[in-house]
Amino acid sequence: MEKDQDKVLTEVTSGEYKYGFVTDIETEVIPKGLTEDVVRLISAKKEEPEWMLEFRLKAFRHWLTMKMPTWAHLTIPEIDFQEIIYYAAPVQKKGPDSLSDVDPELLKTFDKLGIPLEEQKHLTGVAVDAVMDSISVKTTFRETLAEMGIIFCSFSEAVREHPTLVQKYLASVVPYTDNFFATLNSAVFSDGSFCYIPKGVRCPMELSTYFRINTSNTGQFERTLLIADEESYVSYLEGCTAPMRDENQLHAAVVEIIAERGAEVKYSTVQNWYPGDKNGKGGIYNFVTKRGICKGDDSKISWTQVETGSAVTWKYPSCILRGNNSTGEFYSVAVTNNYQQADTGTKMIHIGKNTKSTIVSKGISAGFGQNSYRGLVKVLGKAEGARNFSQCDSLLLGDKCGAHTFPYIEVDNPTAIVEHEATTSRIGEDQIFYCNQRGISTEDAIGLIVNGYAREVINKLPMEFAVEAQKLLQISLEGSVG
Amino acid sequence: MDYRPEVIDRLSSMFATGRDTFLKDSPELFNRYRESAFGDFLHLGIPDRKNEAYKYTNLEKFLNHQYDDYYFPRPEDFREAERFHCEVEDLDVWNMVLLNGFFPNGEKGLVMLPGGIWVGSMRYAVKQFPALVEKHYNRYIEDGNDGLIPLNTALASDGLFIYAPKNTVYTKPIQIVNLLHSDKDIFVQDRNLVVVEEGAQLSLLSCDHAISPQRFLTNTITEVYVGRNARFEIIRVQNQHNNSGKITHTFIHQERDSYASSNNVSLHGGLVRNATWHHLGGENSETHSYGLFLADKEQHIANFVKVDHTAPNCNSTQLFKGVLDDKSSGAFNGRIMVHKDAQKTNAFQSNNNIILSETARMDTKPQLEIYADDVKCSHGATVGQLDENALFYLRSRGIDAREARLMLMFGFAHEVIQNIPIEALRERIDDLVHKRLRGELSRCASCAVQCN
Repeated sequence: MEKDQDKVLTEVTSGEYKYGFVTDIETEVIPKGLTEDVVRLISAKKEEPEWMLEFRLKAFRHWLTMKMPTWAHLTIPEIDFQEIIYYAAPVQKKGPDSLSDVDPELLKTFDKLGIPLEEQKHLTGVAVDAVMDSISVKTTFRETLAEMGIIFCSFSEAVREHPTLVQKYLASVVPYTDNFFATLNSAVFSDGSFCYIPKGVRCPMELSTYFRINTSNTGQFERTLLIADEESYVSYLEGCTAPMRDENQLHAAVVEIIAERGAEVKYSTVQNWYPGDKNGKGGIYNFVTKRGICKGDDSKISWTQVETGSAVTWKYPSCILRGNNSTGEFYSVAVTNNYQQADTGTKMIHIGKNTKSTIVSKGISAGFGQNSYRGLVKVLGKAEGARNFSQCDSLLLGDKCGAHTFPYIEVDNPTAIVEHEATTSRIGEDQIFYCNQRGISTEDAIGLIVNGYAREVINKLPMEFAVEAQKLLQISLEGSVG
Repeated sequence: MDYRPEVIDRLSSMFATGRDTFLKDSPELFNRYRESAFGDFLHLGIPDRKNEAYKYTNLEKFLNHQYDDYYFPRPEDFREAERFHCEVEDLDVWNMVLLNGFFPNGEKGLVMLPGGIWVGSMRYAVKQFPALVEKHYNRYIEDGNDGLIPLNTALASDGLFIYAPKNTVYTKPIQIVNLLHSDKDIFVQDRNLVVVEEGAQLSLLSCDHAISPQRFLTNTITEVYVGRNARFEIIRVQNQHNNSGKITHTFIHQERDSYASSNNVSLHGGLVRNATWHHLGGENSETHSYGLFLADKEQHIANFVKVDHTAPNCNSTQLFKGVLDDKSSGAFNGRIMVHKDAQKTNAFQSNNNIILSETARMDTKPQLEIYADDVKCSHGATVGQLDENALFYLRSRGIDAREARLMLMFGFAHEVIQNIPIEALRERIDDLVHKRLRGELSRCASCAVQCN
């Protein structure tokens, strides 16, 4: 029985990464290495205004004074930041007006990935901004959205076309001095998505960004800025994949969300960067800073993430609950298999009165994976009636993996109620026995249990994503359950 | 401004000026480690917020103070200590007093209790049981980041020694009263060693009192070895005045089939930090760590616990509770570590806190680090207030608001107290807690400090 389980586990967790192809496309790259000239070059290539360059240079100079953080429960080999190419872009004619202007190779790539770039896929009802390497390739449905006053475009376009908005909000949530990777991103970010939902508008479709790293040796540094004005609503999706390569590639993104009074933002991520092979070779280093601020009263930010990819994940989507009665949510499923490592969690900073936050984190470790939850719940002195509930569960599949929980709770107000609970266990033999008894094979039983375990989080994803996430979960764990 | 360089200078000069005293009067074994330990201290420095274990504890108030020169007792110092009597009635214990970390000289240097357990001074122990002390001294220390640990090794000259040889049992608890009494402000470093050999059983009650109003800071290390199938219990009642600081480091090393429990009750003291390491080194052993604190005024009380499961089939529990009032602050930092081969581990950790005032603050960091899959581990932490529904329930039955609150708080605290294995003491602590919650501080009337 035990043997059987182990075998099934190995099968379940050894599923192959199916997005590992490389697109053969002409790409413009700059020489590797990072100097002030490179920062200037990136800015020049993007024809940026002076203030943008200033911002980058400020960040770059600050970055030079910083050291890579080592507090996370991760083993990362030394990263040589001079060995990375900081800008790579698929060569294409400027500003594709319609789909026919986009390189067919590119379209094929996104087709393969199942990303509905083509307008005829209207039925899917998802507006997509596709980012390949560092450059936004194509944003769909722009016109439809524009009619409602919604701005959804690439970051570079936003810098050109909506400079006042960008200047007002850029780095207002994640300042350029925030942390090593956010600062690096501020200096060299190449593109990303920009989204603005005007007052009182309920965005009629899911907005989506699809990130793809293609060129080898490059780092991807994109920046997303999402602004929900008063009483608006938006649901935003983010997906990522990368080809299989032997070397490790760096991905350091920044996402900033601003929710004004009464606004609601739902941000969902299905992160499926290439995790490296079975022996831990290759894979993406994913160092991401995501933070949202509930600026106005009654606003809400909800993060949902399914983390199945990347060799190393370092990611803490956070909410600053500044408005009174604002709400922050964090739902996460993180899977580490083979030699993957994840140190992920959230920060909930309660500033306003009657602020609420919920954290549900489900970690699954298999193979030699190391999975850590690291979270902070901080209630400031003025946050009357703050309420937090955190639940972090870890599931261990196999005896060589690890699951860790590092919550930090800081309470400075007597009316706050903060609860944290966590459990770590493996799938009970009794549970499997129960399923076996009813004619369900061990493999199916494990799939069933893992899915049930993650359901609470997957339920929070928009439909289209939930299906994908469920499949991903199955693939990620294929051959590992027991 | 960083206060630490100055304190390090002061401690360096204390080490330099005290050198003649301790090199002459303390055991060779202690002296052997001093120089390198002091070097380690200089290298590590004084822990600050950047040290994860001290993230929420600021030592400045008590460390940044000009204490008197290196303390070494004179015979007349012990007169006060001899007058001290424990106030707990019906407590049937064997009692011994330590003054400022030193044992009174004379005949009682090291005594054998009925049943064959030795209790006494470390300085005598080194002479009488050199091989044994050498085998265990400075062996179980784990944290390589905390500068205060080598500081103790460098400066300590005496402390408590208990040796329970194989299969010895002493039915009564052994009570050690740590008295602080001096006409100067002093920094006390005591170094204790408890060896409980295979099959032996021992229960230790340690009470802290400061009987003169001077400022004291105590930095204690207690190393405990619990052999196969042995049983060890330690209960600490910390009741110093708020002008004194107490920092304890307790390392409990357990062999297979052994049992250990630690119970810290912190009632008074300006700064209290109890760090307890439970090392489960053999199969089928069991360990418990309990803590209760009631803090008010400007007290800071921190509990640090690490339970290290290195062997399979072990059980551990941690239960820490705190009530915070006024401007007090509390910190909890607990970690369960389950090593790769420690399968079939059950480890539980719980930390609950009640905040009563606007200005009180609680920080908690319950952590799990698990490398084995066949385990059941959980932790939970809460920070909040008394349950409104429970209050309503009591009030609807005619109990007034104040009384209802007291009942609930008492019930909250009792969950920890009920784990104290000595009945008379359990009742006494219940009583102390009750009075403390009512604001009738049982000890304040007789206290020299009058810190209101």
